[in-house]
Amino acid sequence: MHMINIDLEHITKIEGDASLSITVEDGKATKVQFKTEEYKRFFTEALKGKSILAVPSHLSRICGTCSNAHVLAAIEACEMALDIQPSEQTKMLRSLTMHGLTIRDHALHLYLFCLPDMYEKDAFLDFDENDEHQNQLLHDAFDIKAAGNYLATIIAGRSIHAMFPTIGGFIKFPSEEEVATAIEKLKSIREATLRLVTEFEKCDFHFDRHTDYMALLPLNSYGYIEGKIVTSKGEEYDEKLYRELVDHVVLPYSQASAYQYKGDAYMVGALARMNIARDRLHKNTQESCKSALDLFPSTNVFHNNLAQAIEVVHSVDEAIELLENNKIVKEEVIKKPMRAATGIGVVEAPRGALYHKINVAEDGTIKDGEVIVPTGQNQINIEEDCGRLVEELVAQGITDEEKITWELEKLIRAYDPCMSCAAHFLKVELDIK
Amino acid sequence: METDFEKIKIGWFVFSCSEDNTITFTELLNDHWQEWKKIFDFRHVKVLKKNNIYDEFDIAFIEGAIASPEHEEKLKDIRSRSKKVVAVGACAVTGMPASQRNTFTPEQKEAIQFLVDRFGALPEVKKVADVVEVDASVPGCPMNEKMFVDAVNGLVAELRPELAGNKEA
Repeated sequence: MHMINIDLEHITKIEGDASLSITVEDGKATKVQFKTEEYKRFFTEALKGKSILAVPSHLSRICGTCSNAHVLAAIEACEMALDIQPSEQTKMLRSLTMHGLTIRDHALHLYLFCLPDMYEKDAFLDFDENDEHQNQLLHDAFDIKAAGNYLATIIAGRSIHAMFPTIGGFIKFPSEEEVATAIEKLKSIREATLRLVTEFEKCDFHFDRHTDYMALLPLNSYGYIEGKIVTSKGEEYDEKLYRELVDHVVLPYSQASAYQYKGDAYMVGALARMNIARDRLHKNTQESCKSALDLFPSTNVFHNNLAQAIEVVHSVDEAIELLENNKIVKEEVIKKPMRAATGIGVVEAPRGALYHKINVAEDGTIKDGEVIVPTGQNQINIEEDCGRLVEELVAQGITDEEKITWELEKLIRAYDPCMSCAAHFLKVELDIK
Repeated sequence: METDFEKIKIGWFVFSCSEDNTITFTELLNDHWQEWKKIFDFRHVKVLKKNNIYDEFDIAFIEGAIASPEHEEKLKDIRSRSKKVVAVGACAVTGMPASQRNTFTPEQKEAIQFLVDRFGALPEVKKVADVVEVDASVPGCPMNEKMFVDAVNGLVAELRPELAGNKEA
C-alpha cells in the first residue's frame, strides 16, 4: 500500500490558527481534517446573564478582523428583541461601516495573503520596490487599506471593535470635513482597486467545485445587511428562518463546528454573493469591471478572490455615493423598554453569512445565544476540496510534500477562512499511503 | 531593499484571542511599512509570511492569553529566545476576555467542562505575565496604536540606538 501523510501545522497568511491533516492511501484521501487550533473562549456561554446592552461589544470580541460585522449582527439581534426600528440614517451609517470593513478586510486578504502566491513570493513585503509594477502594488495595498480604515474610523469610531454603532443608532457622527476627506481618499484609490481586479482576473489558479451558494442579499441592490437569505437554487428565506437552513455538524477533532444545508455542503462569501447577485452591483462597478464580471457565475474556488476584488470596487463606489448624497446629522439613539423576546441578526461579513441569535429575559438579561460564522459554513467544502486536490496531485505523480502543501495552502487561502471566528484554525498533516 | 546592517529580529506570536492586535498591526503597516521594512527582519510573523524562522528574536510580541499547557511551554521557549518580550492587547496583558471562563458560575463551568477536558485546556486561562517575565505591555482591545508605536520606538532606541530616529539607516 502506498501511503502519504501530510501534517500542515499552523497554516500561514490566514486569519487565525488552523491545521490540516490528510491521509492518502492508494491515491484516495481517506482522512481529511481541517481544524481550528484555537482554544474555545466560550463567548456564547459568557453571554448568559449579561445585559442586552453589553451584547454587541461582547460578541465583537469573537474576532478581530470581522469584529464590525459581529457588532452589527449583534445590534440587529438586540433591536429585533427590543422591537426597535432603526432610522434611515442609521441604516446608511451601518452600510458605510460594512463598506469600510469590506475594503480594509478584502484588501488585507488579497494583497498580503494571496498575491505572494501569485508572484511566488514568501511575503508581500518581499515585493521589489525597484520593480515598477510590484512597487505600484505595494503602494496600492496600503493606500486602499488606509482608505477603508479611515472610512470605518470616521463612521464607526474604529475599524476594529467599533465603538459608535449601538442598539438604536449611533453615539457619534462624522464631521463634514471628515466626510469630505473620506470621499477624497476613496476617489483617490479607485484606480488602484481596478488594478487589483485586473491582477485577480488574469490569475490562472483554478479549482472547480460544484456546490450550492447562500447569501443574505437585498432585493434590488448588492449590500451586506438587509434582505433575504437567497440560495443559488433560487430559494428565498426570511432571516428568522435561518435555523431551518443550516444543520449543525459536530467535528470531534476540531474546536469549531460545521454546517450543512439540506444534507449537503454549501459555500458562503464573496463568490456566493457574486454568483447570485452580480447584476445588483453599483452601476459604476459594473461598467468598470465588465470583463471580470463576465467570468461569473463561476465554480472556480479561486474566483472567490476575484469576487472579493470586485467587491472592493463596489464598496468604494457605494460609499462615495452614500457620502456625497446624504447629509449626516446628529440623531438621538432610539430606546425601548426591556422585554422577554428572541432576536436574530444576520449580516454578510466579508467571508459570508454571519448569524447571531439571543434569547432575552424580561429584565433585559441574556438567557442564551447562538453564533454561526461563515468559516463553519464553508468547513465541509474546504475539507472535501483539500481531499480532492491531493488526490488529483497524487494522480499526476506529484508526491513532493512541499509542493502539495503549497497547493493546499493556496486553495485554503482562496476560501479566506477566519479561524478566530471558527473557534474560533492552519497546521497541515499529510499522510499518503 | 538590501541593507548593510543587521535588522532587528521580530517575532509575533498569537495565543488565545481574537487577533485584533494582529489586524491593528497590519493597519499600522499602512503608515509604517516602508520605515519598518528597512529596520525590521519580520522573522516569525505568520500573518505576513509562509517561511517563518523560529530561532532567536530581538523583540517578541505576544498576543492572546495562555489557555493550555502547550501554550505555557511555547511561551517559555519564546521567552528564552527573545531579548525583549512585549505583551500586546487586553488578552495578553490582563487575560480578558479570553479568560472569561475563569469567572463563570459553577453551573457554567460544569456546562463547558467536557470541552475544556476534550482539548486539554488549562483549568484557568492565564495572562502572559503569569507565565513569563514581560518587558513591556501595550493594553487595549485592540491594543492602543500610539502606545504600540511608542513601545516599538522605545525598544529600537534601547536595542539599536543607531537605528532609532534614522529611518534611512
